[in-house]
Amino acid sequence: MARTDSIAAPDRVPVPLRRGIWRFLLSASVIVMIAIIWEAAKTLFAIPAYKLPHIYEIAGEFLRRGNQGELWLGIFAQNAAYTAWEALVGFLLGGTVGLGLAVTFAHSRLLERGLLPYVIASQTVPILAIAPMVILWLGTSWFSKSVIAAYLTFFPVTINMLRGFKSVDPDALSLMRALAAAPRQVFLKLQFPAALPYLFTALRISATASVIGAIVGELPVGSRYGMGVVIITAAQYNTWRSSNLWAAIIVSASIGIVFYHVVATIERRIVRWRPADAEGQTA
Amino acid sequence: MTAPIISVQRVSKTFGRGAGMTHALEDVSLETQPEEFVSIIGPSGCGKSTLLRIVGDLVEPSAGTVAVKGKSPHQARLDRDYGIVFQTPVLYEWRTVLRNVELPLEIMGRPRAEWDGRAEAMLQMVGLKAFQQHYPWQLSGGMQQRVAIARALVFNPSILLMDEPFGALDEMTRERMNLELMNIWSQTSATVLFITHSIPEAVFLSSRVMVMSPRPGRIERTIMIDLPRPRTAQTRLVPRFFELVTAVREGLREDPAVAAGHDFVEEPV
Repeated sequence: MARTDSIAAPDRVPVPLRRGIWRFLLSASVIVMIAIIWEAAKTLFAIPAYKLPHIYEIAGEFLRRGNQGELWLGIFAQNAAYTAWEALVGFLLGGTVGLGLAVTFAHSRLLERGLLPYVIASQTVPILAIAPMVILWLGTSWFSKSVIAAYLTFFPVTINMLRGFKSVDPDALSLMRALAAAPRQVFLKLQFPAALPYLFTALRISATASVIGAIVGELPVGSRYGMGVVIITAAQYNTWRSSNLWAAIIVSASIGIVFYHVVATIERRIVRWRPADAEGQTA
Repeated sequence: MTAPIISVQRVSKTFGRGAGMTHALEDVSLETQPEEFVSIIGPSGCGKSTLLRIVGDLVEPSAGTVAVKGKSPHQARLDRDYGIVFQTPVLYEWRTVLRNVELPLEIMGRPRAEWDGRAEAMLQMVGLKAFQQHYPWQLSGGMQQRVAIARALVFNPSILLMDEPFGALDEMTRERMNLELMNIWSQTSATVLFITHSIPEAVFLSSRVMVMSPRPGRIERTIMIDLPRPRTAQTRLVPRFFELVTAVREGLREDPAVAAGHDFVEEPV
């Protein structure tokens, strides 16, 4: 970055629209490449439709009509919205719990030493084993799925925020001490804002994890709505029509991608003090 | 002579214990008068920063007494008697330049209405008013350190503690910052305790230079700087400046530890 002592204000880099278009073209061309390889492999190795459908068959899946005559596009949209809601609540719940734990640990060495190992251990248990348990406890309502999503969400927030709180420059803390700042002021005016970039790194991970959590939560028997139900139905009963499963995969992935970008956009709005050339690391 | 603003009496400081124990300071005494500019010069690791941090109640002394405006350093800190500038600017990167300078006023709960006016006046003084809406990363190292000085002085403290504030700057920038500091200081009535390892810088700025020996840090001698004020770029050219620079250099060399070529003195004082 150019640093100057001159009186003229340094150039403010305008929002790089060109870079946005370039990025879009790049990801679009990757999709086109995958499509070409996909179709080429299918033709070359004569892969049957149930193993690898044509791309247009997957696209056509959205316009097919289901048993009750409704469009699959609508079925997907409804279930995706259901899953997205569960994931959103789980994300907020997990984010809050994760943040609360990080703040607690940052303030108490004792609690950190005592509880952090269990927080880490909690993440070594497969979510597939946790999910049926939560459903048994809380029932099959959407809220149990949110709790399962929260289970995957809180951990990155806790770990990253704790690192953020601890990464504060010791001299910045000395400055606060020199100013005789109250502990609350030190937290709100120094430790929390200093840890914000760490928080958003965690939230971007959590955004996608919350969708996975919600979908996994929908897999156990008893669930009636959500992408998890669509996926398991497609996998178990519609194997002869794998294009349905592929379409479900695309829809599920899209929820995660949307979540990720919402968080990244909020991050760009809030963490605005970062130099423009650091944006590559955050986007 | 009036009552000293800072009074350090026979202060010692050791870190650690047993075999790993370090004597950072041994039997250090000093007094500063109101509106005096006192520099402490010494080689790296002689404990001069520790001395400043003891005065600022950021570090506890192991022995000896410190009084700041007749109070304990702890009370002086709670009374916000001093502003502090570190070797690095320590600006909060999420705050604009203006909001960084306003930080002490916020912490102290001063009325919001006076923040902008006070901070803008300070930025005017350090010549950065045009940059008040910039973020720290957009400024050079020298400019950032000027913001730190503005922040230290924004609540009009009677003491300014400066811990090698220009140590990270190149020689040319450092000389310019020295001039600016003289300019700023002449507009305040603060007593300055200034830590440095640069001989010309200490001579140029100070009323008094105290030479410290390396570990354990002791004040070996005091050199009065009788150069006329205001100090300007011309000050560096007069013969008396060179005489005083030589005197400080000799003072550092005559240090028994340096002369003997090892950095630890075992003999007690």
